[in-house]
Amino acid sequence: MAAHTPSAEGATYLSRNLWSGFLFGIGLVAFLDETVFHQLLHWHHFYDKSTTNVGLVSDGFFHALSWFATIGGLFLFADLRRRNAVAMKRWWGGILLGAGAFQLYDGIIQHKLMRIHQIRYVDNVIVYDIIWNLIALLMIIIGVVLVRRTRHGNGRGRG
Amino acid sequence: MNGQHHSAMVTGEGFLMAQVLLTLPFIIILAVYCTALYTLKKKQQNWPLHRSIMFFTGVLCALVTVVGPFAHWAHSNFIIHMAGHLLLGMLAPLLMVLAAPLTLFLKALPVDSAKKITFILRSRPAGLLTHPVITSLLNVGGLWILYTTSLYSMMHEYVGLHIIIHFHVFVAGYLFTASLLYIDPTSHRKSYLYRSIILILALAGHGILSKYIYGHPPEGVPVSQAEAGGMLMYYGGDAIDLMIVFFLCLHWFRATRPRSSRSGGVETCQTV
Repeated sequence: MAAHTPSAEGATYLSRNLWSGFLFGIGLVAFLDETVFHQLLHWHHFYDKSTTNVGLVSDGFFHALSWFATIGGLFLFADLRRRNAVAMKRWWGGILLGAGAFQLYDGIIQHKLMRIHQIRYVDNVIVYDIIWNLIALLMIIIGVVLVRRTRHGNGRGRG
Repeated sequence: MNGQHHSAMVTGEGFLMAQVLLTLPFIIILAVYCTALYTLKKKQQNWPLHRSIMFFTGVLCALVTVVGPFAHWAHSNFIIHMAGHLLLGMLAPLLMVLAAPLTLFLKALPVDSAKKITFILRSRPAGLLTHPVITSLLNVGGLWILYTTSLYSMMHEYVGLHIIIHFHVFVAGYLFTASLLYIDPTSHRKSYLYRSIILILALAGHGILSKYIYGHPPEGVPVSQAEAGGMLMYYGGDAIDLMIVFFLCLHWFRATRPRSSRSGGVETCQTV
């Protein structure tokens, strides 16, 4: 601890804000995917006969990761709070980046290439795919902007 | 319903023997736990009530699955069987690990015996059995073998297999949980990051297997039961793993609390 200069500590906290948000973002979007699209709307299917094996593995891995990321990201946030080092804007940037990246991976790699399941089982699923991935891109763009703007520590706000 | 589920083993004396043999270890461990509690009381030492409650609940969860009507139903119904897996292999071990039985035993035992036990726990074989990679393979790997080979249908025919598999499911579940959550004294410790990565991989292995079962029913299991059982395994496993993730992160959070600013920093932080 003594070896840490204030600026080095500040840099650690900046990246920790980003990581906390990023992890929580992955968890959040995966949680929404599960509750809204699987359970409430019943658009997504638990298992699709055309799922490839690699799709099954990828789905299982990211599902596990997202569970861990939700809780781990929130504990990291709690850690930043107790150190009085929350940078709210940067944290939100991390969330959008994590959520967008995961949604894009889900929308292009998992739904389309690995065919784990479709967004909805209707004729013009392409419309759903486009909207899905555009939202993902939008989240990534806003996330990148927020993260770039706060890279020197001016994103600090009270937690 | 299904012919092979009603073999001699289910209704005959074999099943009774299986029930007795699977109940016995839990009764013994329960008696040991109670004796240790009594010894501690005589020594006028305290033991948190919530730990005892968790231990009793854990043993109850395990017992329910290996004896009585539940064990019978599990034989002919894959959904019940899967509920049994969640209770015996996941929830009971988690509750019992959280109850810190080893800490209790070490406190209750005379110093000499306690030292011998810690010596054994520090040995290499004990280190292997509490290594997260090995316990994950024993736990999740064992399940893969059970549900993707003919082992599952054979389990219903041979009493010996039934006993060994059920015992293995519990022991592997306990070692797995104990290798990730250090509630009891642990000598071969692994870092938080290491355990987190292993936990994610093991969780993934469990989830993938659940969906695999949904699409590929084990031998002798009707499709509808495999689908419902697979989903139960997936979401039920999630719920229990969520608790393991929570406790692992909580321990990590506590271990990394800011020490340098303990005198003033923490208080100011909490007022914000």
